[in-house]
Amino acid sequence: MDTPIQPSLAQNIPALPELSRKDFVPPNEVRWCPGCGDYAILNSLQRTFPELGVPRENFALISGIGCSSRFPFYMNTYGFHTIHGRAPCVATGVKIANPDLSVWIITGDGDGLSIGGNHLLHLLRRNININVLLFNNRIYGLTKGQYSPTSPVGTKTKTSPSGSFENPLNPVLFALGAEATFVARTVDNNPKHMVETFKAAHQHKGISFVEIFQNCVIFNDATWDSVYAKENRDEQMLFLETGKPLLFGKNKSKGIRLNGLTPEVIDAASAAPGEILVHQPGQAGPLYSHLLATMGEPDFPTPMGIIRQIEKPTYETLMHEQIAQAQAKRGTGTWQELLHGNATWTVA
Amino acid sequence: MSDSTPGFREMKSVVIRFAGDSGDGMQIVGERFTDTSVTVPNSIATFPDYPAEIRAPVGTIGGVSAFQVHFGSSKVLTSGDAPDALVAMNPAALAVHLPDLVLGGLLVVNTAAFTEDNLKMAGFTSNPLDDPSLGEKYILIALNITALALEALKESPLTNREKLRCKNFLALGFMFWVYSRPIEPTLDYIQGKWEAKLPDLAAANAAVVKAGYFLGETSELTIERYRVARAVVEPGIYRKISGNEATALGLIAASRRSGRDLLFSGYPITPATSVLETLAGYKHFGVTTVQAEDEIAAIGIALGGSYTGKLGATATSGPGMCLKSEFIGLAITTELPLVIVNIQRGGPSTGLPTKTEQSDLLQAMYGRHGESPLPIVAANSPSDCFAAAFEAARIAIQYSTPVILLTDGYLANGSEPWLVPNESTLPDISKPFADESKPYVAFARDPHTLARTHAIPGQPGLEHRIGGLEKNEKGAISYDAETHSLMTTLRAAKVAGIAKDLPPMNVIGERNGKILVLGWGGTHGAITSAVATLRSEGHAVSGSTLRHLNPLPADLADLLAGFEQVLIPELNNGQLNVLIRANYLVDTLSMPKVQGQPFKISEIRARILELLNA
Repeated sequence: MDTPIQPSLAQNIPALPELSRKDFVPPNEVRWCPGCGDYAILNSLQRTFPELGVPRENFALISGIGCSSRFPFYMNTYGFHTIHGRAPCVATGVKIANPDLSVWIITGDGDGLSIGGNHLLHLLRRNININVLLFNNRIYGLTKGQYSPTSPVGTKTKTSPSGSFENPLNPVLFALGAEATFVARTVDNNPKHMVETFKAAHQHKGISFVEIFQNCVIFNDATWDSVYAKENRDEQMLFLETGKPLLFGKNKSKGIRLNGLTPEVIDAASAAPGEILVHQPGQAGPLYSHLLATMGEPDFPTPMGIIRQIEKPTYETLMHEQIAQAQAKRGTGTWQELLHGNATWTVA
Repeated sequence: MSDSTPGFREMKSVVIRFAGDSGDGMQIVGERFTDTSVTVPNSIATFPDYPAEIRAPVGTIGGVSAFQVHFGSSKVLTSGDAPDALVAMNPAALAVHLPDLVLGGLLVVNTAAFTEDNLKMAGFTSNPLDDPSLGEKYILIALNITALALEALKESPLTNREKLRCKNFLALGFMFWVYSRPIEPTLDYIQGKWEAKLPDLAAANAAVVKAGYFLGETSELTIERYRVARAVVEPGIYRKISGNEATALGLIAASRRSGRDLLFSGYPITPATSVLETLAGYKHFGVTTVQAEDEIAAIGIALGGSYTGKLGATATSGPGMCLKSEFIGLAITTELPLVIVNIQRGGPSTGLPTKTEQSDLLQAMYGRHGESPLPIVAANSPSDCFAAAFEAARIAIQYSTPVILLTDGYLANGSEPWLVPNESTLPDISKPFADESKPYVAFARDPHTLARTHAIPGQPGLEHRIGGLEKNEKGAISYDAETHSLMTTLRAAKVAGIAKDLPPMNVIGERNGKILVLGWGGTHGAITSAVATLRSEGHAVSGSTLRHLNPLPADLADLLAGFEQVLIPELNNGQLNVLIRANYLVDTLSMPKVQGQPFKISEIRARILELLNA
């Protein structure tokens, strides 16, 4: 006979209502330009959320300023459209205040890496359990087309009519530099890969940083086509799978091997056993993840998927542990203790 | 208790300044003298005055650190105008502080420090101790404090260098003798602080304090000793508290009375840092403290906490306020509660980091873009920071708005005895979050306070979006002309309407007459002392200090109208003066002071007398 295990506990777990994509679609209209890559990302996140087992009221989307930062208005969850570059600050406060919330920062290359670069750096290094989706379209869209910190050298815009000569920032390398514990990359034209990546980001305990290659149809159209257009994607993208060799190309005919500390592209068929690198995102050391992060056009395919994932204690856990320890040692504080302090004297 | 004892001169109040190199331990000596005097009890106020540099080169003018303590048998409201006694541990301290010493005052110097090098660094071309006029102008006690300390410690196992560091306690012991203070509280303090870990140091410091005291007893110094009688103070339980400690405790008390845990986020900045430091020690009260990466993050994290249902608060000083202004605007338009403490210091820019000023009032009023009013509360004294912080949090929660609390460096670092309130006197300031059983309208308002109701993440069924874009009353983004006009009006009306719920102003004296002295914040003590003294001498003058600077109290208009002249002393170039003139069309008289130092009572007194005699 089966004995019910801990019936009281079972009773206390409320059944989660079945959620579907439409539960996350708010009534207001979406106001991105027709054809914007943001639509596909929105759609993928609306498909991801019902599958996470999180009650709808426990999602909080926090954004800064920019086209991507309008995102919270298009998700039927709690949302806070804050100020330029500062979403990580507000999101940190939200997560500390209620660690049960699933907190998502929606940012862009300008918002996250230019005006908000300092906050993003500290958010990543603190390893707070928040998910960051950085929409990288390599342009300032909302202000109608100026080069961004990720724009390639030579990008011609209204503020760089002769071509930008600034060295662009690599978002993945930035995240790795801050020792983020989960770093991934995905693309706006692959919904399946986006959903998988978003789910993995959610499941990771700690900071999750996801760069999304996103197209700006108006001011920087086709910026990623050399990587992800149908005719280029086989040769130019390397989809990472844990424990699998780094293979790409039509029919996975090419692989990546190390020559000393330098990666090389080789013909997979003629590779010796074990010659091709095997994807190990859990490596704590920086070498492998940095190697992946620096791969890309023109000599290498651009890695897609989870580049690094390691476990470390989270910021909010450590913070609340300290509070719990203080309470275990000193109680939860009394008025007497607060008002009187350590030394008082009485005047009769 | 007798009022006079043979051999002692009775004083109503005394101001002592301890001055030396920043490594000489003047702050600790001042603190000890204060702690001893509060137990007498005397009424007391203190003013630490230290350089911005942690350790400027030893012996230089820039490295001089001082601590002033004012104690009396009747109510002491300021740290005192001019010192009656000065302890100068080196020539630089003498050079900086001697001009302030009252003529005929007591001057204690450490002769050992008056070396050729030190004299040169202090800018002396000859040794001022050799000038006979010094002894004519002041009661000069030239002691070789260094040698006396070493002599007292000749049996001690401490190194010579360690022994030398005890010399500040010799000066302290001597001053205890001069002013008839007990040394036992200091011996207890030394025991508690060092006995367990550094017993040799504890023994040495105790020996040196005693040596200083007995020096007075046994030497043949022909100086008067002084007594300051017990002050008649309100019965109750007292503790000594600094302004920043009181601010921290006020926020915690507000957290308890509102039922919202405190989430405090700050970035180190003088003179605000000790608020963050103090709160970090109250984790067991459910206080979460975050040392943010910068000033902007500090307020953003606090706002995120408020948005999620905590009591969010941050503290900073001038330059930090500039950085926070965009987030304050966001808090205003999203109508979220938030307490922003600005511990004002001299500006602009880095300005005078360790010196006090009241020059951020108009910044608090207007230092944001757009029409962005918010309530402003000011603290009047170090211990009053508790009540002011509680009041700021009350307004923030009840009216769903960010509130700026203005204190200043003088209040933050100064300390005084605090009649500890009973918690039952602290009102319930809780406000419920949105009702989950009803449809949620994000910017629906309470008809009386005009505050919106706040739904926090995690509340089922109330999911909604807010942000910095203009919105209509339902919370939907709207750029309509009428909506923007209406929402701007509502936000302003909410803040202005707080005035109808405020208690009448505190006024010393009649509510009409010849002269009203109107002030705000840290000038309270000097204004009140000057007005009270003049009144006791029969002069027709009234005084008041504003707790609320925005909105201004409803009864202020009538008060202003009742006087022939209104004098506004403030530590800026006339900022309240501008506000009063703009709001009430009253021809007020500004009394500005921008020297990084608080007002002296005598300065305000002289100006009032000038007006009375005009």
